[in-house]
Amino acid sequence: MSKGNNNAATSAKKRGQMYDVWRHLKRNKGAMLGLAIVVLLILMVAFAGIIYDYEDVVIKQDIPNRLQSPSAAHPFGTDEMGRDIMARIFHGARMSLGISVVAVCFSLVVGGILGASAGFFGGTVDMVIMRTMDILLAVPNILLAITIVAALGASNFNLILALTISSVPGFSRIVRGAVLTVRDSEYIEAARAIGAKNGRIILSHVIPNCIGPILVQTTLNVGGTILSTAGLSFLGLGVQAPRPEWGGMLSSGRTYIRDYSYITMFPGCMIMITILSLNLLGDGLRDALDPRLK
Amino acid sequence: MWKFILKRLVMMIPVLIGVTLLVYMILHFAPGDPAKVILGEQATPEQIEELREQLGLNDPVLVQYANYIINLVQGDMGMSYKTKGPVSDEVFNRFPNTMKLTACAMVLAVAAAVPLGVVAAVRQNTLFDSVSMIVALVGVSMPIFWLGLLLILCFSLKLGWFPSSGSEGWKSIVLPAVALGFNHMASIARTTRSSMLETIRADYIRTVRAKGVAYRKAITKHALKNALIPTITVIGLQIGFMLGGSVLTETVFAWPGVGRLMVDSINGRDIPMVMGCIILVCATFSFVNLIVDLLYAAVDPRIKSQYKSGGKSK
Amino acid sequence: MSDKKNLAVEIKDLVVEFRTDDSVVQAVNGLDLEIEKGKTLGLVGETGAGKTTTGLSILRLIPDPPGKIVSGTVKLNGEDIFAKTEKEMEKVRGNQVSMIFQDPMTSLDPVMTVEEQIAEVVELHENVNHAKAIERAKEMLELVGIPGERGTEYPHQFSGGMKQRVVIAIALACSPGLLIADEPTTALDVTIQAQVLEMMKNLREQYNTSMLMITHDLGIVAEICDTVSIIYAGRIVEHGTLEDVFDYTRHPYTEGLFNSLPDLDHREQRLKPIKGLMPDPSNLPAGCAFCPRCDYAMEICKTQKPKRVYRNEEHYVECHLYNEENIKEGMLNRK
Repeated sequence: MSKGNNNAATSAKKRGQMYDVWRHLKRNKGAMLGLAIVVLLILMVAFAGIIYDYEDVVIKQDIPNRLQSPSAAHPFGTDEMGRDIMARIFHGARMSLGISVVAVCFSLVVGGILGASAGFFGGTVDMVIMRTMDILLAVPNILLAITIVAALGASNFNLILALTISSVPGFSRIVRGAVLTVRDSEYIEAARAIGAKNGRIILSHVIPNCIGPILVQTTLNVGGTILSTAGLSFLGLGVQAPRPEWGGMLSSGRTYIRDYSYITMFPGCMIMITILSLNLLGDGLRDALDPRLK
Repeated sequence: MWKFILKRLVMMIPVLIGVTLLVYMILHFAPGDPAKVILGEQATPEQIEELREQLGLNDPVLVQYANYIINLVQGDMGMSYKTKGPVSDEVFNRFPNTMKLTACAMVLAVAAAVPLGVVAAVRQNTLFDSVSMIVALVGVSMPIFWLGLLLILCFSLKLGWFPSSGSEGWKSIVLPAVALGFNHMASIARTTRSSMLETIRADYIRTVRAKGVAYRKAITKHALKNALIPTITVIGLQIGFMLGGSVLTETVFAWPGVGRLMVDSINGRDIPMVMGCIILVCATFSFVNLIVDLLYAAVDPRIKSQYKSGGKSK
Repeated sequence: MSDKKNLAVEIKDLVVEFRTDDSVVQAVNGLDLEIEKGKTLGLVGETGAGKTTTGLSILRLIPDPPGKIVSGTVKLNGEDIFAKTEKEMEKVRGNQVSMIFQDPMTSLDPVMTVEEQIAEVVELHENVNHAKAIERAKEMLELVGIPGERGTEYPHQFSGGMKQRVVIAIALACSPGLLIADEPTTALDVTIQAQVLEMMKNLREQYNTSMLMITHDLGIVAEICDTVSIIYAGRIVEHGTLEDVFDYTRHPYTEGLFNSLPDLDHREQRLKPIKGLMPDPSNLPAGCAFCPRCDYAMEICKTQKPKRVYRNEEHYVECHLYNEENIKEGMLNRK
């Protein structure tokens, strides 16, 4: 059996599996709706800078035009500083999504490496890593982020750091679990029996088999992190004014909620729709990866 | 059983030490010299140095931590920078409010979620199922503070049924408890439904039906108890999120609990107070997890016998 | 003919379908089956042939949706069970008819003690209080060879073989007239298999229970059954007494089943497994369902369903190879 031949077989199998997942996903209306909204949000993030100028429209105060109801000129109205809410929503998406995606990527890498080494090496390494994760998990998620921001001060960098650290335990647990199941499974034993090396086993068996749960966790985690970002900003511990962020916008619009509820309505709805679509997509992915449930 | 509880309490200690150490270390990075903060701007360097010595601030950080823990065990959480009074007084003063809010929210969430999840599972693919699962999905996706604002807008400002803030009378707890509970209700309902769906189709339910047990009884007597096992796990996890979420809820509704105290203290850079709040919440969380574990053992004999046979659960 | 016999169960032309969004699976396809009182019938076929579905139909426990009993009758002691209300069916289940399921590991409620699970069926069908029911449960445990005091334990504390004994104890607790055993030993070790089988044999005699033994193991059939029905794609293709089917095998499928068994006396002989797989039950062939896998297939097999041909009063076969003349000699040359 030649090496190339074997590789081709694995990648064909992988492609087949991914295609299968996609086929399942396509049939799930909720998941497709979620995916569509996520794509729209990504477009929004991509073109926010082109549609609205950051300095001129998003940040600059325009007191004479403050607290205007939605109109043709300002589809979502203007806020207490006279800034166009729609423009701030677009740029807020950049902030919320950007910070969350970066934080989740970091925690995926860190958590993935920690979890994989814990699972693969076992023994003391496993013990030390997982007990540390247990301690991190003993602090309610948002509280850990609050602690970090409280100590280091509120800035985008600290926010990302805080969100990353609080998501690491979740990822490391999932990756460790996946590695353990794969490591002990019979086909790994079979691969060992035909003389495959550790590195090769990790590359061609362990990683492809972890992708499913990690994909689901990532999708759901981006949602959770957006929620945390907004929550921290709402508390004044996240993205700082005048930068637009949905949670922060909600917080500053609170004072005017009685008479100008639209100021809070739009960012609130945006957060909800974003999380909802990520949840729909995540649930759909989970069902598609585990057809047994449906 | 008592032996097991004792064992679990002992097992909590390393986690608590780990958590306090973690929090202490993180907050140690907080800028500002405590001595300077306490004495104010006019203090001379000599005075500051004296107080630093007195407070043990010149010791290595681990010694400081050890001292903090020794004091903590005696109920002393240090001195607040702002009130100049003991942190423990303020924290324990607020703590019952947070517990009251969380407990109400939890009871509300569980009481609504479990029946909802069970009925949705039993009537899978009916209108009831789809509607309640859409509501649950929206609930899971709803930020607590946004729901809180909506509730205030609707039931307080527009309808005037409930107060929008404060903690006087039973009416004032309704909106915060709903805001905090809804989100968790949604996730508990989703878990209950999916674990119920799994147990309804389990082989042993078929056995039970083959014995001649009526469908309804098979569900209530056999399936429910089995389905509750994963639900209890989720409830335990949710309490952690809930304690975190109470920070937001208390801020939205100006509820005088530990969470709001924490946020105020962060903004006032009152680090000992922040530390006290966080440690108290984490300790509560660990304790609640212990209770959840015990509940787990009460429902699932497989876990119980694990404990009896030497408690090697990990 | 059936009027003369004293039948415990009589199934006529049973059709069961599983309907999903994209397909209709015909699990049982015009099945006939009878068991005389006190006798044991072996229902033999491959996985997916509709054996379990047939068993569940007798209890009316086909999961609905997606399962649906489309037509046919099932009579228990002459009474049509499809005419019964759900309440009446609950009185039948566990009392007149009991079922033992294939996988003992998952057949018991994990959060209930073993004796409670046995007592539940006693309390349901017999007018006794809880204490009496528990007492009976302990007796039943002793009967299946488990010390009564272990009744307070939970299923996870039992081994697979013991769990199956508990399932059997539940099934026999109300001395049912008919016992449906759905591959009761498949999930067990060979040594345990023999013990459980021996026990079932004894209990059957003790209680004078009729039995439907669902299996794919012809060894078990030879051991325990009086009559045999061979099921293929939801239909009985050959039926007769043990002797008829074993010694005067007529259907090519039955022949195939025998040829798939290793023969200790002729170890040099190669096994001759049946080629191919069961046809897709959502898309059965127009003619004989076995035709695509049959060594003897003819043109007619592809288009027309074979009719039933009797060799004697009991023994019949559904195959185009046979007519009234040649059924006596047989067409196959087994081994």
